Amino acid sequence: MAFKKHWWKALAVLLILYTLIVGFLGTVPRLEILNESIRNFYFHVPMWFGMIILFAIAVIYSLKYLNYQNEIDDWKAVEFVNAGLLFGILGMVTGSIWARFTWGEWWSNDPKQSGSAIALLIYFAYLILRNSITEQHLRGKVSAVFNIFAFAALIPLIFILPRMTDSLHPGSGGNPGFNSYDLNFNMRLVFYPAVIGWTLLGVWLARLRYRTRKVEEAMLEDQAD
Amino acid sequence: MIKKLFSIAVCLIMGLTVSAQEVEMAETMRSSGKIYVVVACVVVLFVGILIYLLRLERKVNQLESYQKERDH
Repeated sequence: MAFKKHWWKALAVLLILYTLIVGFLGTVPRLEILNESIRNFYFHVPMWFGMIILFAIAVIYSLKYLNYQNEIDDWKAVEFVNAGLLFGILGMVTGSIWARFTWGEWWSNDPKQSGSAIALLIYFAYLILRNSITEQHLRGKVSAVFNIFAFAALIPLIFILPRMTDSLHPGSGGNPGFNSYDLNFNMRLVFYPAVIGWTLLGVWLARLRYRTRKVEEAMLEDQAD
Repeated sequence: MIKKLFSIAVCLIMGLTVSAQEVEMAETMRSSGKIYVVVACVVVLFVGILIYLLRLERKVNQLESYQKERDH
């Protein structure tokens, strides 16, 4: 295994192991209501950051597909969406668990919760749409366009609308108290490596999936001969 | 009299410093060493998933090189 090709996978593993260990053993700010659950910041938030990055990469491949009509770009787009969706679902679940113990309910129709749920539903619609079209070129074009729209909808749903109104989720209208942990240096030391590590893991997962698809297609073609 | 005032002032100032200790954290987990059990479990879970991922990677590598040979 050439290290040059795979160094980033080893980096992903090391960064994640680092965040798992230091995340639980390191010092964190002592805040009311949150107590130790503030450590969830090292897992819940990197899931969402990772999701955004993976979806952005998927959009790039969708744009590439619209330009060059190469089927492999379509596969890459869908597999990055799959990886992003996995991270988004995990982010949603970890957020819900966190909410249960800090806000009092698993689901409180909070703007951020609802906005992210709608964004994820739009991406599920992307997957269903793909399955409804059998012709390869049409499917590629339609899903590329829908993917771009889905990402464009993600931005206001997750970033803009929740901040414009009152919400218990940090970073919105009525929440000055959480800024201290957003900026705390000790937490940044674990948080940034976590984002990089999990994102790289997501890229590894997406690549494995489209490489599998490529090999499957090549084998089917060989059988057809 | 001055001694009394001084001791009251010292107590008040100490009262200010105590506030940092009032938020309850998982000190018992840490002091009894149980936090290491948590870390060990989480690391084991991750390493397990990692092993699965590495096996998958190796399989795909094999299939790809097999396919490459067939193409030539």
